[in-house]
Amino acid sequence: MNDTAPAGAPLGHPAPGSPDELAKALRATGYLADDGLATATYLAMQMNRPLFCEGEPGTGKTALAQALAEILGTPLIRLQCHEGIDAGQALYDWDFPRQLLHLRTLEAAGGDFDVDSVEASLYDERFLLARPVLRALRTTPSVLLIDEIDRADDEFEAFLLEVLTEHAVTIPEIGEVRAETPPIVVLTSNRTREVHDALKRRCLYLWLEHPTIEREIEILHSRLPDVPERLAAAVARAVQKLRHADLIKPPGVAETLDWARALQLVGARHLDVGTAARTLGAVLKYREDADRVHQQLDALLAS
Amino acid sequence: MTSSTERTEADTLLTGLVGFTEVLRAAGVPVTSDRTAAFLEAADALDVTDRDQAYWAGRLTLCADPDDVARYDLAFPAWFEPSQARRATNRDERPPAPPKLAALVPGREGTGDDDSDDGPQIKAAATGTEILRSRDLGELSPAEREHLRRLMTLLRPEPPTRASRRKHRHRRGDPDRQRTLRAALRNQGELFSIKRRDASRRPRKVVLLIDVSGSMEPYADALMRFAHVFVRRAPRSVEAFTLGTRLTRITRELRQRDAERALGAAGKAIPDWSGGTRLGEVLKAFVDRWGRRGAARRAVVVIFSDGWERGGTELLGEQVEQLSRLAHRLIWVNPHAGKAGYAPVQGGIVAALPHLDDLLAGHSLDTLEKLLKVVRHA
Repeated sequence: MNDTAPAGAPLGHPAPGSPDELAKALRATGYLADDGLATATYLAMQMNRPLFCEGEPGTGKTALAQALAEILGTPLIRLQCHEGIDAGQALYDWDFPRQLLHLRTLEAAGGDFDVDSVEASLYDERFLLARPVLRALRTTPSVLLIDEIDRADDEFEAFLLEVLTEHAVTIPEIGEVRAETPPIVVLTSNRTREVHDALKRRCLYLWLEHPTIEREIEILHSRLPDVPERLAAAVARAVQKLRHADLIKPPGVAETLDWARALQLVGARHLDVGTAARTLGAVLKYREDADRVHQQLDALLAS
Repeated sequence: MTSSTERTEADTLLTGLVGFTEVLRAAGVPVTSDRTAAFLEAADALDVTDRDQAYWAGRLTLCADPDDVARYDLAFPAWFEPSQARRATNRDERPPAPPKLAALVPGREGTGDDDSDDGPQIKAAATGTEILRSRDLGELSPAEREHLRRLMTLLRPEPPTRASRRKHRHRRGDPDRQRTLRAALRNQGELFSIKRRDASRRPRKVVLLIDVSGSMEPYADALMRFAHVFVRRAPRSVEAFTLGTRLTRITRELRQRDAERALGAAGKAIPDWSGGTRLGEVLKAFVDRWGRRGAARRAVVVIFSDGWERGGTELLGEQVEQLSRLAHRLIWVNPHAGKAGYAPVQGGIVAALPHLDDLLAGHSLDTLEKLLKVVRHA
């Protein structure tokens, strides 16, 4: 299997003793968690429940799963949801072309085969294509990220509900696969559609907001240590203002980081009207937004 | 060994926590017993004597969407720190007293519910369903209104459909590699027939935006009932909002089966019955908070409004344009549009008109049925 735990990985999740400890561990990976997020993650591990993260794009939902995998030293297994996704893409599938080839080989080899043994050899582990959810159940411990569940259909939610409750699946030809240690599951949603309450009920619900200015400056420091302090503070301040400027797409943390990086690349030492105008494309993704902000750059940069 | 004092303490704590879930339920957060159980489990895993940890134990287990979070933020300090409740974080300033259902039913005072004795009047009003069908909803007598309610429940809205990306087995269509091979395997690898699959059709999203400002009051009750019937028919693909001085999502309330209860719940959720209109601003709130995220994307969006905008109409025009770009089809239903001598000259309508796919009347049952047809084939 592709996802083997790295050497020296602990058996089972090392249980941080408190939300604070967990926050510290996350901080060491560069992920700055506030009280709510740390508590949510701590509880998800203690109570063995999936964590359902909802919020504006760019508030760090996906990054949380990555940081968690890093502090636990476990592989991150990711399932990206999309419209029409089904169990075959999430759980497992059989490799039909290879099965067929196998059958032809048996045929070519000649000899007497009894039907049962031929069939058994066809539905062998080596023809099984494990998809993310099955991989997460077999790789213990692991972090399973089910990204953008709001894009999948209701039927798929119902299917997930079953797997997440049982931590096991049954493959008719092979038998039951049950996770020794249930994976830590993080589900994310951008709220393009309301996810069914039955699924949410199984999960801890975390609504993520944009970070405060202090935290955002901290995030800039920890992710982009080369960006001068004054520039980072100016960028964070400007982004906070942009979030209240009635834009079509208010910038997320990812855009803040992009902007700071862009400013760094053009060699800016501080944020003035000229450099801001040149690099605004890193933050604003709609022409209407860019037009509106260009007219008010002075106000945006005034501290 | 737990001493008896400790046990009493634990009991008090437990009563406090369970009591809180009841307060929360009363505040409109749908707390179920398994949620309560999760809350207690979370409280057990944390140190609930710490205010923050107690706060998060509940917020993570009892809430299910941002609206719940806002209610939770109000209820938590009120229950656990009554003395400090006043300086509680108050992100969602909810109205002091929820309006009664009576507001839904103009022309009837006092009793908000359906249990008043209208028996004889109904008989008198049964003059002819056909006439009632084309009567202006805003000019009905209470008895006619009662009769119309029943007719409303007979509406059979069908959401429009769109092609799905998911494919299903079908006689025509693209070859289905997996099923073909599976069939071949059954025949020792001999390929007899090619299995095929084709895209199925799924319901297309429908969004109903109902103006509940003062000028629309005569129609509000009927339109809400219309929305209830529609949401009940396709609870997964129809969303309903009211537009007043604020935007209110009422889908969850309207999903209840019983019409009176659903409308009562919706009435409670709507803080601004018969208030003013700021159509442009409220539409903008919808586009920002819901529309762009996906609720309106490729959906059939129906706005029920007379287009009466007090202020400038520039913002309104802008928002309607945005909405028309997001939506598959944008329909404006104006109760006045069906009346003789109507011309779309009100500022709001003039600004919106260039971006609309349809401008329909919606003043009678007949015209609402016509609307259903347009939506069905959108």
